[in-house]
Amino acid sequence: MNSSAEVLIIGGGVIGCATAYYLAKKGIEVIVLEKNQIGEGGSSRNGGGVRQSGRDPRELPLAMYAVEHLWPILSEELGMDVEYYKKGNLRLAKTPAHIKILEGLTSRAQAVGLKVQMIDGEEVRKINPHLSDEVIGASWCPTDGHANPMLTTLAYYKNARKAGARFITGEKVLELKKVKGRIRKVITDHSEYEAETVILAAGFESRKIANTIGIDIPMQRVLLEALVTEAQPKMFEQMLGTAEADFYGHQSTHGSFVFGGSSGMDAYTSDYDRPVTTSFTASCICRGIMKYFPELAEAKIVRTWSGWIDECADKVPVIDKVEEVPGLIVACGFTGHGFGICPAVGTVLSELAMGEQPSIDISGLKYGRFKAKI
Amino acid sequence: MAKIIDRSISIGEFIPQPDDDLIICRCEEVTKGEIRRAVHDGMYTMTEIRRYLRTGMGLCQGQTCSKLVKGIVAKELGVPADQLEGGTSRAPVRPVEMKILANESEKEVSKHE
Repeated sequence: MNSSAEVLIIGGGVIGCATAYYLAKKGIEVIVLEKNQIGEGGSSRNGGGVRQSGRDPRELPLAMYAVEHLWPILSEELGMDVEYYKKGNLRLAKTPAHIKILEGLTSRAQAVGLKVQMIDGEEVRKINPHLSDEVIGASWCPTDGHANPMLTTLAYYKNARKAGARFITGEKVLELKKVKGRIRKVITDHSEYEAETVILAAGFESRKIANTIGIDIPMQRVLLEALVTEAQPKMFEQMLGTAEADFYGHQSTHGSFVFGGSSGMDAYTSDYDRPVTTSFTASCICRGIMKYFPELAEAKIVRTWSGWIDECADKVPVIDKVEEVPGLIVACGFTGHGFGICPAVGTVLSELAMGEQPSIDISGLKYGRFKAKI
Repeated sequence: MAKIIDRSISIGEFIPQPDDDLIICRCEEVTKGEIRRAVHDGMYTMTEIRRYLRTGMGLCQGQTCSKLVKGIVAKELGVPADQLEGGTSRAPVRPVEMKILANESEKEVSKHE
Protein backbone atom coordinates (compact mmCIF):
# COMPACT_ATOMS: atom_id res chain seq x y z
CA MET A 1 0.00 0.00 0.00
CA ASN A 2 1.42 3.35 -1.02
CA SER A 3 1.73 5.53 2.04
CA SER A 4 3.11 8.70 0.52
CA ALA A 5 1.45 11.72 -1.04
CA GLU A 6 2.27 15.25 -2.12
CA VAL A 7 0.21 16.66 0.74
CA LEU A 8 -0.72 14.89 3.95
CA ILE A 9 -3.41 16.40 6.15
CA ILE A 10 -3.66 15.46 9.82
CA GLY A 11 -7.25 15.74 10.99
CA GLY A 12 -10.45 14.75 9.19
CA GLY A 13 -12.49 17.65 10.45
CA VAL A 14 -14.10 20.35 8.39
CA ILE A 15 -10.79 22.17 7.88
CA GLY A 16 -8.99 19.00 6.79
CA CYS A 17 -11.86 17.88 4.56
CA ALA A 18 -12.28 21.32 2.93
CA THR A 19 -8.55 21.60 2.29
CA ALA A 20 -8.45 18.06 0.87
CA TYR A 21 -11.33 18.98 -1.42
CA TYR A 22 -9.70 22.15 -2.79
CA LEU A 23 -6.37 20.33 -3.28
CA ALA A 24 -7.83 17.21 -4.87
CA LYS A 25 -9.85 19.40 -7.22
CA LYS A 26 -6.57 20.88 -8.46
CA GLY A 27 -5.20 17.40 -9.06
CA ILE A 28 -2.92 17.27 -6.02
CA GLU A 29 -2.34 13.89 -4.41
CA VAL A 30 -3.69 14.05 -0.85
CA ILE A 31 -3.85 11.72 2.13
CA VAL A 32 -5.98 12.65 5.14
CA LEU A 33 -5.24 10.85 8.42
CA GLU A 34 -7.97 10.90 11.03
CA LYS A 35 -7.73 9.36 14.49
CA ASN A 36 -11.37 8.54 14.89
CA GLN A 37 -13.98 9.38 12.26
CA ILE A 38 -14.86 12.18 9.87
CA GLY A 39 -15.91 15.39 11.61
CA GLU A 40 -15.29 14.03 15.08
CA GLY A 41 -14.24 17.18 16.94
CA GLY A 42 -15.46 20.74 16.75
CA SER A 43 -16.56 20.26 13.13
CA SER A 44 -19.79 18.61 14.07
CA ARG A 45 -19.99 20.10 17.52
CA ASN A 46 -20.54 23.80 17.02
CA GLY A 47 -23.48 26.18 16.74
CA GLY A 48 -23.39 26.38 12.95
CA GLY A 49 -22.81 30.13 12.85
CA VAL A 50 -21.58 31.67 9.61
CA ARG A 51 -20.81 35.03 11.16
CA GLN A 52 -18.64 38.00 10.37
CA SER A 53 -19.94 40.23 13.17
CA GLY A 54 -18.38 39.70 16.57
CA ARG A 55 -15.12 38.49 15.04
CA ASP A 56 -11.61 39.65 15.74
CA PRO A 57 -10.38 41.88 12.86
CA ARG A 58 -7.50 39.44 12.27
CA GLU A 59 -9.83 36.68 11.09
CA LEU A 60 -12.47 38.93 9.58
CA PRO A 61 -10.98 38.85 6.05
CA LEU A 62 -11.51 35.06 6.01
CA ALA A 63 -15.09 35.42 7.25
CA MET A 64 -15.97 38.18 4.79
CA TYR A 65 -14.42 36.34 1.84
CA ALA A 66 -16.25 33.13 2.74
CA VAL A 67 -19.62 34.90 3.05
CA GLU A 68 -19.16 36.86 -0.14
CA HIS A 69 -17.66 34.23 -2.42
CA LEU A 70 -17.82 30.70 -1.06
CA TRP A 71 -20.85 30.01 1.15
CA PRO A 72 -23.48 31.18 -1.38
CA ILE A 73 -22.33 28.59 -3.95
CA LEU A 74 -21.26 25.81 -1.62
CA SER A 75 -24.39 23.63 -1.79
CA GLU A 76 -24.33 23.77 -5.56
CA GLU A 77 -20.59 23.17 -5.77
CA LEU A 78 -20.70 20.15 -3.45
CA GLY A 79 -23.94 18.77 -4.85
CA MET A 80 -25.46 18.57 -1.37
CA ASP A 81 -27.63 20.97 0.60
CA VAL A 82 -25.45 22.29 3.42
CA GLU A 83 -28.45 24.28 4.73
CA TYR A 84 -26.82 27.68 4.40
CA TYR A 85 -28.98 30.68 5.34
CA LYS A 86 -27.75 34.22 4.73
CA LYS A 87 -30.49 35.83 6.78
CA GLY A 88 -28.50 37.89 9.23
CA ASN A 89 -27.23 37.73 12.78
CA LEU A 90 -28.84 39.42 15.76
CA ARG A 91 -26.71 39.87 18.85
CA LEU A 92 -29.20 40.67 21.56
CA ALA A 93 -29.03 43.02 24.51
CA LYS A 94 -31.24 43.16 27.60
CA THR A 95 -29.43 45.84 29.63
CA PRO A 96 -27.61 49.14 28.98
CA ALA A 97 -24.38 47.31 29.87
CA HIS A 98 -25.10 44.82 27.06
CA ILE A 99 -25.69 47.70 24.64
CA LYS A 100 -22.31 49.08 25.56
CA ILE A 101 -20.58 45.75 24.81
CA LEU A 102 -22.33 45.55 21.45
CA GLU A 103 -21.50 49.15 20.53
CA GLY A 104 -17.82 48.37 21.07
CA LEU A 105 -17.98 45.24 18.91
CA THR A 106 -19.98 47.04 16.24
CA SER A 107 -17.69 50.05 15.89
CA ARG A 108 -14.62 47.78 15.68
CA ALA A 109 -16.24 45.76 12.90
CA GLN A 110 -17.40 48.87 11.04
CA ALA A 111 -13.84 50.19 11.16
CA VAL A 112 -12.68 47.22 9.08
CA GLY A 113 -15.48 47.59 6.57
CA LEU A 114 -18.19 45.23 7.81
CA LYS A 115 -21.78 46.33 7.36
CA VAL A 116 -23.15 45.93 10.87
CA GLN A 117 -25.26 48.35 12.89
CA MET A 118 -26.98 48.87 16.24
CA ILE A 119 -30.78 48.70 16.25
CA ASP A 120 -33.36 49.27 19.00
CA GLY A 121 -35.81 46.81 20.56
CA GLU A 122 -38.62 47.70 18.22
CA GLU A 123 -36.48 47.16 15.14
CA VAL A 124 -35.26 43.86 16.60
CA ARG A 125 -38.85 42.63 16.95
CA LYS A 126 -39.59 43.69 13.38
CA ILE A 127 -36.85 41.31 12.25
CA ASN A 128 -37.78 38.62 14.77
CA PRO A 129 -41.29 39.07 16.24
CA HIS A 130 -40.84 36.13 18.62
CA LEU A 131 -38.38 37.95 20.86
CA SER A 132 -39.60 39.13 24.27
CA ASP A 133 -39.87 42.75 25.43
CA GLU A 134 -36.82 42.15 27.62
CA VAL A 135 -34.71 42.68 24.50
CA ILE A 136 -33.90 46.38 24.27
CA GLY A 137 -31.55 46.36 21.33
CA ALA A 138 -29.13 44.37 19.22
CA SER A 139 -26.33 44.52 16.75
CA TRP A 140 -27.55 43.51 13.31
CA CYS A 141 -25.43 42.15 10.50
CA PRO A 142 -27.72 41.27 7.60
CA THR A 143 -25.12 39.25 5.67
CA ASP A 144 -24.38 36.82 8.51
CA GLY A 145 -26.14 33.48 8.77
CA HIS A 146 -25.80 29.81 9.59
CA ALA A 147 -25.32 26.41 7.98
CA ASN A 148 -25.32 22.77 9.00
CA PRO A 149 -21.82 21.87 10.24
CA MET A 150 -22.28 18.11 10.01
CA LEU A 151 -23.54 18.19 6.44
CA THR A 152 -20.89 20.72 5.41
CA THR A 153 -18.08 18.57 6.80
CA LEU A 154 -19.45 15.41 5.22
CA ALA A 155 -20.12 17.17 1.89
CA TYR A 156 -16.48 18.31 1.72
CA TYR A 157 -15.36 14.80 2.68
CA LYS A 158 -17.59 13.10 0.13
CA ASN A 159 -16.45 15.37 -2.70
CA ALA A 160 -12.77 15.27 -1.72
CA ARG A 161 -12.95 11.47 -1.67
CA LYS A 162 -14.68 11.49 -5.05
CA ALA A 163 -11.97 13.77 -6.43
CA GLY A 164 -9.33 11.26 -5.37
CA ALA A 165 -8.26 12.32 -1.88
CA ARG A 166 -7.43 9.28 0.23
CA PHE A 167 -8.95 9.25 3.71
CA ILE A 168 -7.66 6.84 6.31
CA THR A 169 -9.55 6.79 9.59
CA GLY A 170 -8.39 5.07 12.76
CA GLU A 171 -4.82 6.35 12.33
CA LYS A 172 -3.60 8.29 15.33
CA VAL A 173 -0.65 10.54 14.56
CA LEU A 174 2.04 10.31 17.22
CA GLU A 175 4.99 12.15 15.77
CA LEU A 176 6.29 14.36 12.98
CA LYS A 177 9.83 13.94 11.68
CA LYS A 178 12.14 15.94 9.46
CA VAL A 179 14.42 14.46 6.82
CA LYS A 180 17.24 16.71 5.55
CA GLY A 181 15.80 19.75 7.30
CA ARG A 182 12.28 19.43 5.85
CA ILE A 183 9.11 17.83 7.13
CA ARG A 184 8.87 14.36 5.68
CA LYS A 185 7.54 11.65 7.97
CA VAL A 186 4.30 11.27 9.84
CA ILE A 187 4.41 8.44 12.36
CA THR A 188 1.14 6.90 13.50
CA ASP A 189 0.38 4.25 16.08
CA HIS A 190 0.27 1.68 13.27
CA SER A 191 2.53 2.84 10.48
CA GLU A 192 4.48 5.59 8.81
CA TYR A 193 3.53 8.02 6.06
CA GLU A 194 5.58 10.40 3.95
CA ALA A 195 4.73 13.67 2.28
CA GLU A 196 6.38 16.80 0.92
CA THR A 197 3.89 19.01 2.71
CA VAL A 198 2.05 18.31 5.94
CA ILE A 199 -0.97 20.29 7.12
CA LEU A 200 -1.70 19.97 10.82
CA ALA A 201 -5.41 20.57 11.46
CA ALA A 202 -6.16 18.28 14.38
CA GLY A 203 -8.06 20.60 16.73
CA PHE A 204 -6.70 20.88 20.27
CA GLU A 205 -4.62 17.75 19.71
CA SER A 206 -2.55 19.70 17.17
CA ARG A 207 -0.52 21.08 20.05
CA LYS A 208 0.76 17.70 21.17
CA ILE A 209 1.62 16.71 17.61
CA ALA A 210 3.38 20.04 16.88
CA ASN A 211 5.37 19.60 20.09
CA THR A 212 7.02 16.48 18.64
CA ILE A 213 8.81 18.70 16.13
CA GLY A 214 9.60 21.52 18.54
CA ILE A 215 6.69 23.85 17.80
CA ASP A 216 4.24 25.01 20.45
CA ILE A 217 0.98 26.88 20.07
CA PRO A 218 -0.61 28.11 23.29
CA MET A 219 -4.06 26.57 23.27
CA GLN A 220 -6.23 24.38 25.45
CA ARG A 221 -9.48 22.52 25.19
CA VAL A 222 -12.66 23.95 26.65
CA LEU A 223 -15.99 22.17 26.87
CA LEU A 224 -18.78 23.42 24.62
CA GLU A 225 -22.35 22.32 25.26
CA ALA A 226 -25.55 22.60 23.30
CA LEU A 227 -29.10 21.31 23.19
CA VAL A 228 -31.46 20.33 20.41
CA THR A 229 -35.25 20.65 20.49
CA GLU A 230 -37.82 18.54 18.68
CA ALA A 231 -38.92 19.97 15.31
CA GLN A 232 -40.93 23.18 15.71
CA PRO A 233 -43.01 25.13 13.22
CA LYS A 234 -40.79 27.55 11.34
CA MET A 235 -40.19 30.65 13.48
CA PHE A 236 -37.17 32.52 12.14
CA GLU A 237 -34.11 32.20 9.93
CA GLN A 238 -31.56 34.47 11.62
CA MET A 239 -28.54 33.37 13.60
CA LEU A 240 -28.78 34.58 17.20
CA GLY A 241 -26.32 35.46 19.86
CA THR A 242 -26.42 37.57 22.98
CA ALA A 243 -24.19 40.22 24.51
CA GLU A 244 -24.28 38.26 27.75
CA ALA A 245 -23.19 35.12 25.84
CA ASP A 246 -25.83 33.12 27.74
CA PHE A 247 -26.92 31.33 24.58
CA TYR A 248 -26.61 31.34 20.80
CA GLY A 249 -28.19 29.34 18.04
CA HIS A 250 -30.63 29.00 15.21
CA GLN A 251 -33.54 27.00 13.85
CA SER A 252 -32.38 24.32 11.42
CA THR A 253 -33.96 23.31 8.13
CA HIS A 254 -35.31 20.28 9.94
CA GLY A 255 -37.24 22.57 12.31
CA SER A 256 -35.33 21.77 15.45
CA PHE A 257 -33.54 24.51 17.34
CA VAL A 258 -29.87 24.14 18.13
CA PHE A 259 -28.89 26.34 21.05
CA GLY A 260 -25.46 26.42 22.60
CA GLY A 261 -24.55 28.06 25.83
CA SER A 262 -22.40 28.16 28.87
CA SER A 263 -22.85 27.55 32.57
CA GLY A 264 -19.71 29.44 33.49
CA MET A 265 -18.02 26.25 34.64
CA ASP A 266 -17.08 25.02 31.18
CA ALA A 267 -13.35 25.39 31.67
CA TYR A 268 -13.38 23.22 34.79
CA THR A 269 -14.76 19.94 33.54
CA SER A 270 -13.10 16.64 34.47
CA ASP A 271 -10.75 15.14 31.93
CA TYR A 272 -12.81 12.59 30.09
CA ASP A 273 -11.90 10.52 27.03
CA ARG A 274 -14.74 12.08 25.18
CA PRO A 275 -16.73 15.22 25.83
CA VAL A 276 -19.56 14.56 28.25
CA THR A 277 -22.38 16.99 28.97
CA THR A 278 -22.61 18.36 32.50
CA SER A 279 -25.77 18.52 34.58
CA PHE A 280 -25.55 22.31 34.90
CA THR A 281 -25.46 23.50 31.35
CA ALA A 282 -28.60 22.39 29.49
CA SER A 283 -30.80 23.68 32.32
CA CYS A 284 -28.90 26.94 32.34
CA ILE A 285 -29.28 27.33 28.55
CA CYS A 286 -33.06 26.71 28.89
CA ARG A 287 -33.36 29.48 31.48
CA GLY A 288 -31.46 31.79 29.16
CA ILE A 289 -33.54 30.98 26.08
CA MET A 290 -36.92 31.36 27.78
CA LYS A 291 -36.16 34.96 28.73
CA TYR A 292 -35.72 35.80 25.07
CA PHE A 293 -38.31 33.38 23.62
CA PRO A 294 -41.11 32.76 26.14
CA GLU A 295 -43.06 30.72 23.58
CA LEU A 296 -40.31 28.07 23.45
CA ALA A 297 -40.99 27.07 27.08
CA GLU A 298 -43.12 24.17 25.82
CA ALA A 299 -40.57 22.97 23.26
CA LYS A 300 -39.11 19.60 24.14
CA ILE A 301 -35.38 18.99 24.37
CA VAL A 302 -34.57 15.70 22.63
CA ARG A 303 -30.82 15.81 22.94
CA THR A 304 -27.90 17.59 24.52
CA TRP A 305 -24.35 17.32 23.29
CA SER A 306 -20.90 18.59 23.99
CA GLY A 307 -17.56 18.96 22.27
CA TRP A 308 -14.13 20.46 22.73
CA ILE A 309 -13.21 23.94 21.63
CA ASP A 310 -9.53 24.33 20.74
CA GLU A 311 -9.18 27.64 22.50
CA CYS A 312 -6.15 29.66 21.45
CA ALA A 313 -4.48 32.03 23.94
CA ASP A 314 -5.72 35.07 21.98
CA LYS A 315 -8.94 33.47 20.70
CA VAL A 316 -8.11 33.48 16.99
CA PRO A 317 -6.64 30.60 14.99
CA VAL A 318 -3.12 29.95 13.83
CA ILE A 319 -3.00 29.53 10.05
CA ASP A 320 0.57 29.68 8.90
CA LYS A 321 3.62 28.04 7.38
CA VAL A 322 6.14 27.05 10.03
CA GLU A 323 9.51 28.59 9.15
CA GLU A 324 11.57 26.27 11.34
CA VAL A 325 10.02 23.23 9.69
CA PRO A 326 9.84 23.79 5.94
CA GLY A 327 6.85 22.00 4.47
CA LEU A 328 4.77 22.12 7.66
CA ILE A 329 1.59 24.19 7.71
CA VAL A 330 -0.43 24.64 10.89
CA ALA A 331 -4.17 25.36 11.09
CA CYS A 332 -5.56 25.10 14.60
CA GLY A 333 -6.79 27.06 17.60
CA PHE A 334 -10.08 28.02 15.94
CA THR A 335 -11.56 28.69 19.38
CA GLY A 336 -15.07 27.53 18.56
CA HIS A 337 -15.61 29.77 15.55
CA GLY A 338 -13.77 27.93 12.79
CA PHE A 339 -16.84 26.51 11.08
CA GLY A 340 -18.06 29.79 9.57
CA ILE A 341 -14.70 30.43 7.94
CA CYS A 342 -13.97 26.83 6.86
CA PRO A 343 -14.41 27.34 3.09
CA ALA A 344 -11.99 30.28 3.15
CA VAL A 345 -9.54 28.42 5.39
CA GLY A 346 -9.60 25.40 3.07
CA THR A 347 -8.93 27.72 0.16
CA VAL A 348 -5.90 29.45 1.72
CA LEU A 349 -4.48 26.20 3.06
CA SER A 350 -4.64 24.68 -0.41
CA GLU A 351 -2.82 27.75 -1.73
CA LEU A 352 -0.16 27.58 0.98
CA ALA A 353 0.34 23.86 0.31
CA MET A 354 0.88 24.57 -3.39
CA GLY A 355 3.44 27.27 -2.61
CA GLU A 356 1.15 30.08 -3.76
CA GLN A 357 0.54 33.43 -2.09
CA PRO A 358 -2.67 33.19 -0.04
CA SER A 359 -5.48 35.08 -1.80
CA ILE A 360 -6.97 36.14 1.56
CA ASP A 361 -5.12 38.15 4.21
CA ILE A 362 -4.01 35.81 7.01
CA SER A 363 -1.10 37.96 8.18
CA GLY A 364 -2.62 38.34 11.65
CA LEU A 365 -2.77 34.58 12.21
CA LYS A 366 0.93 33.73 12.40
CA TYR A 367 2.13 31.10 14.86
CA GLY A 368 4.97 33.35 16.08
CA ARG A 369 2.66 36.13 17.29
CA PHE A 370 2.43 35.05 20.94
CA LYS A 371 4.27 37.25 23.43
CA ALA A 372 4.46 37.22 27.21
CA LYS A 373 2.50 40.00 28.91
CA ILE A 374 5.58 41.80 30.28
CA MET B 1 -9.66 2.37 19.60
CA ALA B 2 -11.02 3.00 16.13
CA LYS B 3 -10.29 0.41 13.47
CA ILE B 4 -8.13 1.53 10.55
CA ILE B 5 -10.26 2.03 7.46
CA ASP B 6 -8.89 3.17 4.13
CA ARG B 7 -11.91 4.98 2.73
CA SER B 8 -10.61 4.59 -0.83
CA ILE B 9 -10.85 0.80 -0.92
CA SER B 10 -13.85 -0.06 -3.06
CA ILE B 11 -16.84 -1.72 -1.43
CA GLY B 12 -18.38 -2.32 -4.85
CA GLU B 13 -21.20 -0.65 -6.72
CA PHE B 14 -24.51 0.30 -5.16
CA ILE B 15 -27.01 -2.31 -6.29
CA PRO B 16 -30.69 -1.37 -5.91
CA GLN B 17 -32.81 -3.80 -3.87
CA PRO B 18 -36.59 -4.33 -4.01
CA ASP B 19 -37.11 -3.22 -0.38
CA ASP B 20 -35.04 -0.03 -0.58
CA ASP B 21 -38.21 2.02 0.05
CA LEU B 22 -38.68 0.46 3.49
CA ILE B 23 -38.69 3.08 6.24
CA ILE B 24 -36.08 2.19 8.86
CA CYS B 25 -35.91 5.35 10.99
CA ARG B 26 -39.55 6.18 11.68
CA CYS B 27 -38.98 9.50 13.43
CA GLU B 28 -37.00 10.99 10.58
CA GLU B 29 -38.44 8.81 7.79
CA VAL B 30 -35.17 7.46 6.44
CA THR B 31 -35.33 4.46 4.13
CA LYS B 32 -33.14 1.41 3.77
CA GLY B 33 -32.05 2.54 0.32
CA GLU B 34 -30.94 5.93 1.64
CA ILE B 35 -28.87 4.26 4.35
CA ARG B 36 -27.26 1.87 1.86
CA ARG B 37 -26.51 4.71 -0.52
CA ALA B 38 -24.93 6.78 2.27
CA VAL B 39 -22.44 3.95 2.88
CA HIS B 40 -21.45 4.18 -0.80
CA ASP B 41 -21.09 7.95 -0.39
CA GLY B 42 -18.36 7.17 2.16
CA MET B 43 -20.28 7.21 5.45
CA TYR B 44 -18.74 4.19 7.19
CA THR B 45 -19.60 4.70 10.85
CA MET B 46 -22.91 4.89 12.69
CA THR B 47 -22.18 8.47 13.68
CA GLU B 48 -21.34 9.56 10.14
CA ILE B 49 -24.55 7.94 8.88
CA ARG B 50 -26.52 9.69 11.59
CA ARG B 51 -25.06 13.10 10.80
CA TYR B 52 -25.58 12.55 7.09
CA LEU B 53 -29.16 11.26 7.15
CA ARG B 54 -30.52 12.10 10.64
CA THR B 55 -31.22 8.43 11.43
CA GLY B 56 -31.77 8.17 15.18
CA MET B 57 -31.85 11.95 15.62
CA GLY B 58 -35.59 12.32 16.03
CA LEU B 59 -37.90 12.03 19.01
CA CYS B 60 -36.83 8.51 20.01
CA GLN B 61 -33.12 9.26 19.52
CA GLY B 62 -32.50 5.93 17.83
CA GLN B 63 -34.03 3.73 20.51
CA THR B 64 -36.13 2.08 17.81
CA CYS B 65 -33.94 2.00 14.72
CA SER B 66 -30.28 2.03 15.71
CA LYS B 67 -29.95 -1.76 15.72
CA LEU B 68 -31.62 -1.98 12.31
CA VAL B 69 -29.43 0.78 10.87
CA LYS B 70 -26.33 -0.92 12.22
CA GLY B 71 -27.30 -4.20 10.56
CA ILE B 72 -27.82 -2.50 7.20
CA VAL B 73 -24.56 -0.54 7.35
CA ALA B 74 -22.56 -3.59 8.44
CA LYS B 75 -23.99 -5.70 5.63
CA GLU B 76 -23.18 -3.01 3.07
CA LEU B 77 -19.60 -2.74 4.36
CA GLY B 78 -19.25 -6.51 4.58
CA VAL B 79 -18.29 -6.51 8.27
CA PRO B 80 -19.92 -8.11 11.34
CA ALA B 81 -22.40 -5.72 13.01
CA ASP B 82 -20.60 -5.92 16.35
CA GLN B 83 -17.56 -4.32 14.73
CA LEU B 84 -19.47 -1.07 14.30
CA GLU B 85 -19.46 1.24 17.28
CA GLY B 86 -22.85 2.73 18.08
CA GLY B 87 -23.51 6.45 18.10
CA THR B 88 -23.20 8.35 21.38
CA SER B 89 -26.33 8.31 23.52
CA ARG B 90 -26.99 11.64 25.16
CA ALA B 91 -29.25 13.06 27.85
CA PRO B 92 -32.17 13.42 28.24
CA VAL B 93 -33.44 9.83 28.03
CA ARG B 94 -36.91 11.08 27.09
CA PRO B 95 -37.83 14.42 25.50
CA VAL B 96 -38.30 17.04 28.23
CA GLU B 97 -39.96 20.44 27.93
CA MET B 98 -37.67 23.41 28.30
CA LYS B 99 -39.66 24.79 31.23
CA ILE B 100 -39.12 21.51 33.11
CA LEU B 101 -35.45 21.05 32.28
CA ALA B 102 -34.86 24.66 33.33
CA ASN B 103 -35.56 23.79 36.98
CA GLU B 104 -32.67 22.92 39.24
CA SER B 105 -34.78 21.04 41.80
CA GLU B 106 -38.29 19.78 42.45
CA LYS B 107 -38.98 22.85 44.55
CA GLU B 108 -38.59 25.02 41.48
CA VAL B 109 -40.97 23.10 39.27
CA SER B 110 -43.49 25.92 39.00
CA LYS B 111 -40.87 28.63 38.58
CA HIS B 112 -40.65 28.50 34.81
CA GLU B 113 -44.25 27.60 33.99
